[in-house]
Amino acid sequence: MTEPLIDARGIHTYYGASHVLHGVDLSLSRGETLGLMGRNGMGKTTLIKSILGVVRPRSGTVKIKGADMTRSAPHRVALAGIACVPEGRGIFPNLSVYENLVMAARTGAEGRSDWSLERVLHAFPRLRERIHHGGGQLSGGEQQMLTIGRALMTNPDVLILDEATEGLAPLISKEIWRIVREIKASGIATIIVDKNFKAVSAISDRCVILVKGAVVFAGTSESLRAEPSLHERYLGV
Amino acid sequence: MDLGSFLVQLLNSIQYGLLLFLIASGLTLVFGIMGVINLAHGSFYMIGAYLAWSLTAKIGSFWLALPVGIVLTVALGMLMEWLFIQKLYARDHLYQVLLTYGLILAFEELRAIIWGNDVHGVTVPAPFTGSIPLTETLSYPVYRLWISAVVVVLAIAMYFLIQRTRLGMMIRAGAANREMVQLLGINIRMVYRFVFAFGVALAAFAGMISAPVSSVFPGMGGQVLIVSFVVVVIGGIGSVKGALVAAILIGLVDTFGKVTTLEIAGFNVLPELSGMATYLLMAGVLLWRPEGIFGKRL
Repeated sequence: MTEPLIDARGIHTYYGASHVLHGVDLSLSRGETLGLMGRNGMGKTTLIKSILGVVRPRSGTVKIKGADMTRSAPHRVALAGIACVPEGRGIFPNLSVYENLVMAARTGAEGRSDWSLERVLHAFPRLRERIHHGGGQLSGGEQQMLTIGRALMTNPDVLILDEATEGLAPLISKEIWRIVREIKASGIATIIVDKNFKAVSAISDRCVILVKGAVVFAGTSESLRAEPSLHERYLGV
Repeated sequence: MDLGSFLVQLLNSIQYGLLLFLIASGLTLVFGIMGVINLAHGSFYMIGAYLAWSLTAKIGSFWLALPVGIVLTVALGMLMEWLFIQKLYARDHLYQVLLTYGLILAFEELRAIIWGNDVHGVTVPAPFTGSIPLTETLSYPVYRLWISAVVVVLAIAMYFLIQRTRLGMMIRAGAANREMVQLLGINIRMVYRFVFAFGVALAAFAGMISAPVSSVFPGMGGQVLIVSFVVVVIGGIGSVKGALVAAILIGLVDTFGKVTTLEIAGFNVLPELSGMATYLLMAGVLLWRPEGIFGKRL
């Protein structure tokens, strides 16, 4: 199977009258780690939502493993093997840590089941300590770990991390990046949306930079690192 | 009041309270999880009672009428959710009240067309026709005890379903963050459809099992609807536990309000004002805890 896991072409997305994405292309191959970068408001989260089926693109196609899922409901996209750690985390505060994890558990789209509750708790020892606490009682970093752990419980082929380290203390961020590397090593393809150029380019194979809803750079992380003028122009504040 | 009649009244209030809980639990679940105010909930109670009467007459057995009635009302709930209720999730409460009030009128009209406007009764089914003697002169009907027992079993099953099963976790998660539940690959529309149909079936089942102890009559849904909303408000919106406590409280206040004599300053306060007792209880609880006994802080 050489087909890309995600193949989005010519995505135009609107919020009401405002034209947010202007014909964006994005593809992700098996096992690949892709960094999606850009300043605030450039359309990164909208692109993710367009792929996930949360927002309907006005035109363009989203193919998941070759199947057209542009108009599919979000749960169908998820069942096809795409898991997401959304911006703002989205844990269920009224459920315990255990329940947050268990409610999401299933065998993956291609039959993989290696991410069990035991493995998730092994990867996140902090969650094991707080297993019976309510989701709402966790610190920001613990909530982030819970969201990642919960996404892994669905045994996905793709994990999308939207601003996974935003607002976290440096030490916690480091811990999150360690886990992301572990996920990458386990063969799950990832899309990492983040503003931290150094951390993202260090872990990703390829990078895409969005400016005002259009792709201004798409290439290997190596080539991006080699051109400091690019990240200054597109990512600098 | 002597001990015997006190015991009878106590059993009556618990039985009434448990039945109220059965109706109100569906209301509070739909309200708490989907955010929909369903004024037509009382109609499902009425439909249950009429189904019990007509199916018992057709099939010849109350015990066969029950499962058939449950299947029919679950299907009705699914259909209602698909046709009407799912359009209301993203809408303001005003639309919900308008549409579900319209449903009350439609159901009353359909009831008149299908079953007519007469008052009916269902005979108490065997083997629960007898009574248990409490004192030399007082006894308590076994069927009423059976009703209480069934509701207690259902309440425990409901607690287990919501707190211990994965479906229950999905339902609670859906109340907190609908979009996130979908992103985990769960079809939230089907979860909501199940919750609504479950609530409809509970209310209808309450109507079915109460048919042999109270008559089956037009407009019976309206009465229970108002008390059910009082239960939901006292217990705290969305709290099934709260609904149970509130329903028992109302059962006690309503029943004992009717049989207690209380004179204050030459005025007969009870039982003359017993019709207000439920609402006074609600006012009192709301002054103490505006969010209801088990509600989330407002």
